[in-house]
Amino acid sequence: MEHRYEQYGHKRLAVGSGYGTMDFIAQRTTAIILAVYSILFLLAVIFTKIDYDSWTNLFTFTWFGGFPTGKISTTLAFLALAYHAWVGVRDIWMDYVTCATLRLSLQVLTVMWLVSSVVYFASVLWSL
Amino acid sequence: MSENQKKPNREFRNLSLRNITVDYKLPLPGKVSILHRVSGALLFLALPIVLVPLFAASVGSPESFANLGSGFGGFLLKLILLVLIWGFMHHLCAGIRYLTLDFGRGLDKADAQKSAKLVLIVSLVLTVIFAIKMFGVL
Repeated sequence: MEHRYEQYGHKRLAVGSGYGTMDFIAQRTTAIILAVYSILFLLAVIFTKIDYDSWTNLFTFTWFGGFPTGKISTTLAFLALAYHAWVGVRDIWMDYVTCATLRLSLQVLTVMWLVSSVVYFASVLWSL
Repeated sequence: MSENQKKPNREFRNLSLRNITVDYKLPLPGKVSILHRVSGALLFLALPIVLVPLFAASVGSPESFANLGSGFGGFLLKLILLVLIWGFMHHLCAGIRYLTLDFGRGLDKADAQKSAKLVLIVSLVLTVIFAIKMFGVL
């Protein structure tokens, strides 16, 4: 018997997923984006003579004389990476950490870790 | 079992680290699965403290690019990168396998064994190929 009527205020259920399907789909969608970006990137790396200019060009190349295709696709891939990692790492905490306080703390730290990475990466990429 | 004897409820638990490493002999797909999790966690941990700083140094200037592979720091970096390249390759290959499983392909036991073996081998081969490429640049 579930006592849902008791779940308000500080008694509200604050752990567990409750949005599992959405994140299941998001994890797979971002996985496909990352797989496509990664395979194209690896092909470019293996068939290019890598030096500073060609390496940087992998992230900064433009189309139609100025549209920043490299930067935009790389940024989108990195955002997909952050969301993908969020779902995966959250799964790890939900599997192994049963103490709600510790789990919630780890989840907050995970978000901070990932948002820091996104901001740090974007600032480097877009200053090129 | 007699008709009126009540079946005990089955107990469901997550596998503990001890289960995975000591108690059970995992089949190949199980090994791919736990390595998928381990490699993902590794990449997650490395992201803001190794991978993004490394990216920053590699694109910062021709000098910082050239300095990456030099000295003891360069040796250490190559070692760390070797592990992370394996982690990335394994996560990518196993991830593609899981996507095909999600679409209902390769679910037979024999097929799953075969694809798990393929993931382990291909990710190692790719690691070697890209490590050679990297050691040529750094």
